[in-house]
Amino acid sequence: MNELVRSTASELAALIHSGEVSSAEVTRMHLERIAAVDPEIHAFLHVAGDAALSTAAEVDAALAAGEQPRSPLAGVPLALKDVFTTVDMPTTCGSKILDGWQPPYDATVTARLRAAGVVILGKTNMDEFAMGSSTEHSAFGPTRNPWDTRRVPGGSGGGSAASLAAFEAPLAMGTDTGGSIRQPAALTGTVGVKPTYGGVSRYGLVACASSLDQAGPCARTVLDAALLHEVLAGHDPLDSTSIDEPVPAVVDAVRRGAQGDLRGLRVGMVKEFAGDGYQPGVQGAYRAALDQLSALGAELVEVSCPHFDYALAAYYLILPSEVSSNLARFDGMRYGLRVDNGAATAEEVMAATREAGFGAEAKRRIMLGTYALSSGYYEAYYGQAQKVRTLISRDFTAAFTKADVLVSPTAPTTAFPIGEKVDDPLAMYLNDLCTIPANMAGNTAMSVPAGLAEEDGLPVGLQIMAPALGEAVMYRVAAAFEAARDAAEGGPLFRRVPGLEVPA
Amino acid sequence: MTTATDALMPYDEVLERFDPVLGLEVHVELGTATKMFCGCPTAFGAPPNTQVCPTCLGLPGSLPVVNGVAVESAVRIGLALNCTIVDWCRFARKNYFYPDIPKNFQISQYDEPIAVDGRFDIELEDGATFRVRIERAHMEEDTGKSLHVGGSTGRIHGAEYSLLDYNRAGVPLIEIVTKPITGTGARAPEVARVYVAALRDVLRGLGVSDVRMDQGSLRCDANVSLMPKGATEFGTRTETKNVNSLRSVERAVRHEMQRQAAVLAAGGTVVQETRHFDENTGFTRPGRVKETAEDYRYFPEPDLVPVAPDTEWVIGLRKALPEPPAERRRRVQTDWDLSDLELRDMVNAGALDLITATVDAGAPAAQARSWWMSYLSQEANTRGIELAELPITPVEVARVVALVAEGGLTNNLARQVVDGVLAGEGTPDEVVESRGLAVVSDDSSLVAAVDEALAAQPDVVEKVRGGKVAAAGAIVGAVMKATGGKADAKRVRELVLERCAQ
Ligand SMILES: [Zn+2]
Repeated sequence: MNELVRSTASELAALIHSGEVSSAEVTRMHLERIAAVDPEIHAFLHVAGDAALSTAAEVDAALAAGEQPRSPLAGVPLALKDVFTTVDMPTTCGSKILDGWQPPYDATVTARLRAAGVVILGKTNMDEFAMGSSTEHSAFGPTRNPWDTRRVPGGSGGGSAASLAAFEAPLAMGTDTGGSIRQPAALTGTVGVKPTYGGVSRYGLVACASSLDQAGPCARTVLDAALLHEVLAGHDPLDSTSIDEPVPAVVDAVRRGAQGDLRGLRVGMVKEFAGDGYQPGVQGAYRAALDQLSALGAELVEVSCPHFDYALAAYYLILPSEVSSNLARFDGMRYGLRVDNGAATAEEVMAATREAGFGAEAKRRIMLGTYALSSGYYEAYYGQAQKVRTLISRDFTAAFTKADVLVSPTAPTTAFPIGEKVDDPLAMYLNDLCTIPANMAGNTAMSVPAGLAEEDGLPVGLQIMAPALGEAVMYRVAAAFEAARDAAEGGPLFRRVPGLEVPA
Repeated sequence: MTTATDALMPYDEVLERFDPVLGLEVHVELGTATKMFCGCPTAFGAPPNTQVCPTCLGLPGSLPVVNGVAVESAVRIGLALNCTIVDWCRFARKNYFYPDIPKNFQISQYDEPIAVDGRFDIELEDGATFRVRIERAHMEEDTGKSLHVGGSTGRIHGAEYSLLDYNRAGVPLIEIVTKPITGTGARAPEVARVYVAALRDVLRGLGVSDVRMDQGSLRCDANVSLMPKGATEFGTRTETKNVNSLRSVERAVRHEMQRQAAVLAAGGTVVQETRHFDENTGFTRPGRVKETAEDYRYFPEPDLVPVAPDTEWVIGLRKALPEPPAERRRRVQTDWDLSDLELRDMVNAGALDLITATVDAGAPAAQARSWWMSYLSQEANTRGIELAELPITPVEVARVVALVAEGGLTNNLARQVVDGVLAGEGTPDEVVESRGLAVVSDDSSLVAAVDEALAAQPDVVEKVRGGKVAAAGAIVGAVMKATGGKADAKRVRELVLERCAQ
């Protein structure tokens, strides 16, 4: 394997900006890597080699002309989740119903990446419309976990996470509605951040559940995630829910955290996220992480968030409700798939298109949401769920008076075999037990690699949660933990991903 | 399915047996430069699908952003209707599948409208005041337009194919809903018409919409139900849509009353349904029969933050409201010393604003009124258009009045100047110049013309000299003809009499 593809984004940026290596070379190496391993991993739905090389060439030309890099990540390649609109690539959201749709506009995230000179390699696989925890609900086939290709990489952003773990890209973009960035990060031994709701623009992010969706960075290191975070974040007038506040200085926070001193910081252990249902190896890695945080000087406190127990149930009312409305536009009338079958009326074309175009999980959630919003049921379902949401926010507020950050395992288990849970929705939904509360309350949370589970040798994630706009303290804790863990284990976890070497 | 042959009960009999209850829903398309949730222009009549963007096409990933001017218009409308402006409200999604609605949901307001609990006093034809209570005014986005091709009726059923134009999709609408209107008796149709007309005046005065019913920027849905005399519970209502003129509002209400009464009298029940008004027959016909009741599954729009109008801002808007049309009318009536009939004629002709503007431009009220109410009204009639649509402005009319007052024009010449302006020949001064219409006030040239005319008609001169002064008209006419109408007829007459007496 070429050493360039094993490098971190910040290392690559340094090489490119100092002129030691061209962005074109870096990009070519990643495209070669994709060509070699993606037939097995299937992280990408679309690879835009020519466009990527031409962006890289532009960055190289600007640097050769003596210009300053357009951003700290100029020239570094990235894998974009196929949920962000792109004028030069299809956007399918992992759904047959959008197969071949090429948007006429760029998402704000896409535009900011382009403006920063980030090289977009292509679009990554995902559960259909970001609904799933394994990427098995993609209409274009599952993505495989580079740690064990018989297993899932998590979801919905399994493609983005797997592309990092398989060294196909040093950076990736995800979206997190109930854990779609963090849970795949945990299952692939990578870093994934869900910013504060409104921290990164949703304009051009094809909606799953509008009040829960949040775009965020995926990387192999905390520093790389922070560098990408600062490229993405900031107010966007095209998104009414975007926060008009200064972007937290997360890169500075990472550099501070990497010094390894967490004295004076209180880390809250969420009592509800432990015990039955958590794989022993996950619990073991979590306890080791707590010891490491304690060794760094942090004060560990136990906090209770009693309403987190109801988060999953409330989430599966609010999310499907919004989904049922957001996905209504896919009807074959204007773009994407259109199934006619000799239909006589527009209504029949809509029904035939939706019947053929949506997968089972999408249909399940559309039906759940349609039911939950129906007259006579609205108060009992959607209304009650919104009340639970308020209670979850209050739990967070109370907990953050006792602790600066909260921690938990990111997911109850390590990566599970492909096919194991795909026909058991409830088992699948439990994957997001620990990640959902942050989406419900809108605060920030991330997953950072916490080691390998003893029984299966697969990655475990540590979830760190902070208050709204509390990204700086969260990144600081993550960076300190990452540095300590790497030092204790003789190097970053991602260096231990099984070879995936391709015979020459 | 019922057809245009629905039985109707004679109107007098309807009133003997039933009391009508009305509910009026008026949709106003705001005249904002851009749409409700995106930056696309709203101009009427552009080629199909040229005023669209990802947001108003509902493309995947697009998001709405509230148009602040539209919110301001909504607040001003609410204030003009004496509503309470709430200090916090939200948008909601109204979910239903239809091709002209690009997201398959409409962003509207549901249980949290921006303006509530208003009242609006209207003046009926006999001068009586009727108070209409306003339930709410809320903001929403308009739908696109469908054109169904190939069917016989222009409706979606039976059409070969349909064309969709999304230029109108996302245009800001304000929906104004009355509380149930009772106690109108026989005057229900009139109340409905006068309410819409009065609302139109208020909206025009606010400058928030061009309120053109013919272009759909003002649309009325009329809910009508009947209850037997003495009953206290409302009957089943129908909602008649597609009512595109004031006259149609009146006709539709009257027709529904007569139709429902006939149904009830025959022992039937009124079906709660949407009906369409047919301008040609004056009948209503049922809309598409739905197998299931529509459930719009409203929920708060998660892509938008709540709207919280600042109290100080609302107070400022209230202070800056224009004088309500009814009050203005009363003031004008006093100032100009008009009879009730004269005032009503002016209002009905849509001339009040024009006359006021003409007076504001310097013309005496009597002349301003005379121009608009006679010569220009006839012209508008001939052309079959509204007075306001004539290609002449109040300022131009005021200038013509001034030219006459300065003695530069006779009344006859003034009409020619106005004709020139209406024909697009320019401003009054330009028309005077180009048509050479300046009054001939030099007596010497007039005297020559008079002498010539006298010489040509010696018999008339004899008659005048014989005491038949009225005969002088023939000479005056000849002089006017010879001078191309530029002479001052009064002066010509004086000269004719002078010369005859010599
Ligand atoms: Zn638009």
